Amino acid sequence: MANKKQPRMKVAEQPPLTRIDNFLEVALGYSYEEAKIEALRCIDCKTPRCVQACPVGVKIPEFIKYLLEGALDSAFETIYEDNILPSICGRVCPQESQCEGACIMCIKHEPINIGALERFVGDYGREHNLAQSEINAETGRKVAIVGSGPAGLANAAALRKKGHDVTIFEALHEYGGVLTYGIPEFRLPKSIVKDEIDNLKTMGVKLMKNVIVGKSITIEQLKEEGYEAIFVGSGAGLPSALNIPGENYNGVYFANEFLTRVNLMRSQDFPSSATPIKIGSKVGVVGGGNVAMDAARTAKRIGADEVMIIYRRDMDNLPARREEVAHAMAEGITMNVLHNPVEIYGENYEVTSVKCEKMTLGEKDASGRRRPVPTGEFETFDLDNLIVAIGQKPNPILKSSTPDLKTHDWGGIITDETHQTSMNGVFAGGDAVSGAATVILAMGAGKEAAEHMDHYLKTR
Amino acid sequence: MYTILKKERLNDLVDFMRIDAPMVARNAKPGHFIILRVDADGERIPLTIAGHDATSVDIIYQKMGYSTERLGQKEVGDSVEDFVGPLGQAAHIRDKKSVIGVAGGVGAAPLLPQMKAYKEKGAYVRVIIGAKNKDLLILKSQYEAFVDELYITTDDGSLGEKGMVTAPLERLLKETAADHVVAIGPVMMMKFAAQTAKTYGRSVDVSLNPIMIDGTGMCGNCRVTVDGKTRFACIDGPDFDGADVDFDGLMKRQAYYSLEEHTCKIKLGYHGE
Ligand SMILES: Cc1cc2nc3c(=O)[nH]c(=O)nc-3n(C[C@H](O)[C@H](O)[C@H](O)COP(=O)(O)OP(=O)(O)OC[C@H]3O[C@@H](n4cnc5c(N)ncnc54)[C@H](O)[C@@H]3O)c2cc1C
Ligand SMILES: Cc1cc2nc3c(=O)[nH]c(=O)nc-3n(C[C@H](O)[C@H](O)[C@H](O)COP(=O)(O)OP(=O)(O)OC[C@H]3O[C@@H](n4cnc5c(N)ncnc54)[C@H](O)[C@@H]3O)c2cc1C
Ligand code: SF4
Ligand code: SF4
Ligand code: FES
Repeated sequence: MANKKQPRMKVAEQPPLTRIDNFLEVALGYSYEEAKIEALRCIDCKTPRCVQACPVGVKIPEFIKYLLEGALDSAFETIYEDNILPSICGRVCPQESQCEGACIMCIKHEPINIGALERFVGDYGREHNLAQSEINAETGRKVAIVGSGPAGLANAAALRKKGHDVTIFEALHEYGGVLTYGIPEFRLPKSIVKDEIDNLKTMGVKLMKNVIVGKSITIEQLKEEGYEAIFVGSGAGLPSALNIPGENYNGVYFANEFLTRVNLMRSQDFPSSATPIKIGSKVGVVGGGNVAMDAARTAKRIGADEVMIIYRRDMDNLPARREEVAHAMAEGITMNVLHNPVEIYGENYEVTSVKCEKMTLGEKDASGRRRPVPTGEFETFDLDNLIVAIGQKPNPILKSSTPDLKTHDWGGIITDETHQTSMNGVFAGGDAVSGAATVILAMGAGKEAAEHMDHYLKTR
Repeated sequence: MYTILKKERLNDLVDFMRIDAPMVARNAKPGHFIILRVDADGERIPLTIAGHDATSVDIIYQKMGYSTERLGQKEVGDSVEDFVGPLGQAAHIRDKKSVIGVAGGVGAAPLLPQMKAYKEKGAYVRVIIGAKNKDLLILKSQYEAFVDELYITTDDGSLGEKGMVTAPLERLLKETAADHVVAIGPVMMMKFAAQTAKTYGRSVDVSLNPIMIDGTGMCGNCRVTVDGKTRFACIDGPDFDGADVDFDGLMKRQAYYSLEEHTCKIKLGYHGE
């Protein structure tokens, strides 16, 4: 029987003072007992709002019921039908603006912790190797996938299940896209990403690293090699710049460089890993999204004493997951909102301080959020490093080598309702199409595109 | 696996290697570079493609520090962990009647395919190569085989003219109608070569070598200031119009990790200096 008055079950966490010295996961997840207590709060709505708000429509009340019945295998299978990466999405989805944000319990109480329940079931499935998919009879049709981020992984899994001969080409030396080089270990252990990749290998998906489509091999050349359909999931990797004086000084990092040095190159283990990183005592991070929070919390873990977020809107408008903002603040990261950097000062070509203009919020802008308006008042902060995390645009490499691939002015690949691009047989999805978004949206796009690609292969 | 097919010692500091890498060789052109990792905990380092055939790629590297020393320890039959490319924009071979190529040290390697391309396009090609001394000078005979005029300078005068490459460059700019300069080498050398070319009103291309990680435009580590604007050397370059480059900023950015690079060398058993 659902228990409405029961408060939301807390998720155990590493204490802030311990965790700022390590890269282990911060949120420890539910035990089975805790998961059941939380699951009991779900009132099993007739028309579940949570499901409608999940971008891939995970059958939430259904998996929760199985969980309560102790049928964890069925719970896993229920989620897996819609979401092949539950361990990952349970950890990183912005649940407050998706499933949990719509949960009926929000109205009077607190929403069901769907993320933590999904994580619990996903981890159970990984531990028990439940993600075994049936592969249809081999069709012998070759499909190429550009990029091994969540869009590419989901696309590969879906097309492989249909029996196609699938190869993923990845530019970097490790697979996973942002899951590997962007999101830090303390939020998403790399062993989970690796498990998911291994899963694909078991299914018979081929993976090739160190291949940059557009450079090493062009789309045309892929077609010549017999790839009949191509999916582009190349993400939004190109960092946006502040375009203010001093941005190229030493000590100013783009978040991608900073996070890549740590997550991909393991510079926190320097010198046993050969790639160094430098962090001073005082660090500023410009931006208010997940990338900014990840950079700030990483800076703290590799030795910064004081870390400050610098963001031009206010606390209510921080785009980061709410949990990450809370975790960051508990770790001692300060939030300098309503500040916008205008100039970076340096000595001997190394950053020493940043001058910010104080902002106030004005009318709503196109995004529906109140526009930050300059006040003409300034404040300067002394800093040893400044990390710029103000957004990313789609990676331009593929476009520049593929003139027929139509893109928007801002770089996003143009697709039709079947996810097909301006090129016949070339489909696309994820951040490369939408601009920087979320893991679940990228995954959903990859999966949906797979349906259309399968249709394309069968009817061409 | 990226197997080492051939290895040659060009001098005490510089090796040539041919590496089996069909995915890189296929679309390689002069001016492109690769990024490699010697081993699983290695750093990603960029090296210019010095030549290629259908399935293999040549590199010429100077042993500067940890990663290039580690690479130098590999022998024929060994392999490197990762090898990706071709990266960057292919060299822009301009419509010029007469060009002067200027190389310092290991810069002679990336300059070679570009000069060959100019020659094939019908330009009159003069090349100046400079080195510390005669033993460190590389690719002399390869240049002699096709250039119209070859000039050599060494810091100690052990071969060719004593002094820096800028002296013969200035002379040639004064005395000939050469209309374009391509300079590749240490940043300081490129800076002076670019200044000299500019003084004499000639166009100049340089090849920039900032610190890189991914080489795909993702990290922003390789940013350089050209004509007051920020450019990514790995996707917009590495070749740029030398008249507008902020060479001083580039030198500072290259030196940002010098202390850490030294730490890494100690790992290889280096002490002192
Ligand atoms: C630091 C950070 C934190 C984030 N936190 C969250 C979060 O908490 N929750 C959330 O939902 N989302 C988060 N996001 C966003 C989310 O990670 C992305 O929306 C998602 O990864 C996009 O998936 P994708 O498959 O489209 O692209 P990506 O994950 O970017 O993967 C693209 C892959 O393609 C490769 N590639 C690119 N071009 C080529 C080419 N030409 N040839 C071959 N390979 C190529 C790239 O190397 C990369 O591996 C975060 C992003 C960042 C950067
Ligand atoms: C586009 C490009 C093409 C290049 N082509 C050649 C070539 O053909 N032959 C050659 O000998 N060298 C070339 N270089 C330089 C070469 O990449 C560096 O010498 C090498 O990375 C040094 O690494 P290390 O660990 O041996 O030395 P370190 O002791 O680590 O560094 C020595 C110097 O190399 C530079 N450096 C260090 N790490 C990197 C990195 N990850 N990326 C770029 N530079 C770095 C730094 O400025 C440093 O001062 C090229 C560089 C670029 C950017
Ligand atoms: S996939 Fe994400 S949005 Fe959907 S139910 Fe799971 S956590 Fe919620
Ligand atoms: S909306 Fe909330 S209470 Fe209703 S089914 Fe979904 S999770 Fe359960
Ligand atoms: S090396 Fe990372 S953007 Fe150029």
